[in-house]
Amino acid sequence: MLLTIQEPTPAAQAVGIDLGTTHSLVAAVIGGKAAVLAGDHGVLLPSVVSYRPDRVEVGHDARRWQTEDPQNTIVSVKRYLGRALDDLPEEFRLPYRFAKREGMVRFETRAGSISPVEVSAEILKVLKARAAQALGNEPGGAVITVPAYFDDAQRQATKDAARLAGLNLLRLLNEPTAAAIAYGLDRETEGIYAVYDLGGGTFDFSILKLTDGVFEVLATSGDPMLGGDDFDQTVCRFLMAQNGIDSLEPVDYRRLLEATRLAKEQLSLDEQVSVEVELGRGKKLSFVLTRQTFEQLTANLVQRTFVSVRQALSLAGLAVKEIQEVVLVGGATRMPCIRRAVAEFFGKLPLTDLDPDQVVAIGAALQADLLVGNRARGDWLLLDVIPLSLGIETLGGVVEKIIPRNSTLPIARSQEFTTWKTGQTAMSFHVVQGERELARDCRSLARFELRGIPPMAAGVARVQVTFQVDADGLLSVSAREINSGVEASVSVIPSYGLSEEEIAQMLKDAFAHAQQDLEARRLSEQRAEAMRLLEAVEVALAEDRALLDEAQFNVITQALESLRTAMEGRDWQAIRNGIEALNQATVEFAAQRMDQSIRRALAGRTVESIAE
Amino acid sequence: MVTGERNYFEFFQLPPQFALDLNELDSRYRKIQAWVHPDKAARLSEIEKRLCLQWSTLASEAYRTLKRPLERARYLLKLYGVDPEEKGEVAREFLLEQIEQREAFEQALANRDLKALDRLADRLQAAMDDLVGALAFLLDVDRNYRQAAELVRRLAFLETLWDKGNCARTEWSE
Repeated sequence: MLLTIQEPTPAAQAVGIDLGTTHSLVAAVIGGKAAVLAGDHGVLLPSVVSYRPDRVEVGHDARRWQTEDPQNTIVSVKRYLGRALDDLPEEFRLPYRFAKREGMVRFETRAGSISPVEVSAEILKVLKARAAQALGNEPGGAVITVPAYFDDAQRQATKDAARLAGLNLLRLLNEPTAAAIAYGLDRETEGIYAVYDLGGGTFDFSILKLTDGVFEVLATSGDPMLGGDDFDQTVCRFLMAQNGIDSLEPVDYRRLLEATRLAKEQLSLDEQVSVEVELGRGKKLSFVLTRQTFEQLTANLVQRTFVSVRQALSLAGLAVKEIQEVVLVGGATRMPCIRRAVAEFFGKLPLTDLDPDQVVAIGAALQADLLVGNRARGDWLLLDVIPLSLGIETLGGVVEKIIPRNSTLPIARSQEFTTWKTGQTAMSFHVVQGERELARDCRSLARFELRGIPPMAAGVARVQVTFQVDADGLLSVSAREINSGVEASVSVIPSYGLSEEEIAQMLKDAFAHAQQDLEARRLSEQRAEAMRLLEAVEVALAEDRALLDEAQFNVITQALESLRTAMEGRDWQAIRNGIEALNQATVEFAAQRMDQSIRRALAGRTVESIAE
Repeated sequence: MVTGERNYFEFFQLPPQFALDLNELDSRYRKIQAWVHPDKAARLSEIEKRLCLQWSTLASEAYRTLKRPLERARYLLKLYGVDPEEKGEVAREFLLEQIEQREAFEQALANRDLKALDRLADRLQAAMDDLVGALAFLLDVDRNYRQAAELVRRLAFLETLWDKGNCARTEWSE
């Protein structure tokens, strides 16, 4: 059989997305430079989604509904990702109506009961369309940023949102790490960086070491429930108390909150601001707010960030003076009180030369560009960590830690269990995330059920359970009975995430709504997947044909040709089978290539000399 | 398939000994990650992605184990067929000394005496350095693994105390 080995095609353009609490952005590397892509109203897309009677509005269009129709207009949806009602402080329940249910919250809107994952997907769809317009093509993949302190449920929810939006997610990237990439590559200086990231709804602090093109996260900490929003809420409560207001209608509360936010932003420039808010039924509220009052009211919020800062320093085993540069990220770091507090704590002025609203998206775009291979292999390497420990609940509700926080990713740990009943073929585990000793004080992630353990006498079966956390910080669990070598099947019942069925249903609903053909989408997805695989195998053959003998080579080329043929048809299942067959045909080849890579890596040859 | 069967020293192509060039370990670890980290696999096939994940995980685990003296000594002993966790003996005078140290430590904690804690930390550090030096001799030169196992148990004891001190310090600063 004849095989033409084609030149690797240039990869489709990939984008970086900062899915923020207040604003979201998309950036891409164009002509070698990372740039933020603008929409009709500039680069910042307000993270607001409004469910109108006839359509869904996102961004600026949706923002005008937040005061008029607050219950159908979701703002700061990121706070609700992977969260249950019980997790939410009172001030974040208003003005919404929530469905009464276990697990992740759902908003009751006129469009029905909507998951935060679906709301986030609406924002992603708009950014995807913006990228497609700017690039002239659908983006081939996306890196989406998440707070470093996001737990597994929040990460999984973000990943699910990308899937609903039809994005090929290349990587979840921690926001401070993204900012470090943007700054690190910009300044080309090595050393120890700290990233202080105060966004609309989350606070993250990370310490990174940059050497030889390796970004190594030394420690990360944060507060997932602290952000610029909290400053608004505090001032809002103060104003209500000052004016003798006990409670406000949802509409009025929104208005006051919005006015407070604008006042806060103005106070970053001026010493004093006077505000007038029109409330319902002809009521009016006017007030003068000075920067001094604002800072006194919010001083404890600023101090709260330094609890996390100290924790990260201690985790990294570093003294304050060992931090060479401090980078500020997030719109909330524009507040003078933050800049002053950071400068005082670290004894040096923080870096602010990149726009704190844009730096995360820029870093994500650079990483996306690296991932799709538009840069030479090995250009830079990210070694990130898991922010919170993973453990399993044992007898008495005590947590046994499996993977300690701050471990470099990816990581896997195995644990051996035995059966306690003769003939037992199933067992289950409750996996939690957090630092506390009791499972009920940690975050419940999921219950894993193992089935298909070969029946044996009690205590004889040795079930090895492996907990694998990938580079995105996402957990997967596999299990094997050691005596028989039998793989147990693992099913996951997520505590706050969506089950596989729920996602499938959402995809279906979305298509029913858009009157698009689900089959057509499946076909195009499988074709894209097949394209990626064909390209990967072709590159591998071009590089390492020499590792294969004639017979092995023929098996692979036959599978390649079968897949190419399948791709010409419209049967997505046939394409999927072809993908599977080609994957199977290349298992051994892939293993040989990996062995060779390791040997080369250690042979002392530089990456460049091999690439040539 | 990637398994843990190849030992970690062979993995990095470093001599299996306690005295280790940590700079060399760092550099080899990074070189390997530069090839196998999952971020290098975004354009590879699913199979290759999975292999990258496995190799990268193995590299991290091997690095983590060899980097810290206590873990490295434990790992070497395991390679030599000695279980460092076995209920072996610890010299009586060491135990007595430890009880004393622990009491001093508890007292410093109770009194929130940062200076006393610092003094204890300095002493702990010196004692750990001594143990690491002795372990290099026992493991690499004298090959007295039983004695080495005892020192590993001592080192574990000191490290626990050290970690406790660090935790307390962080809590105080909050």
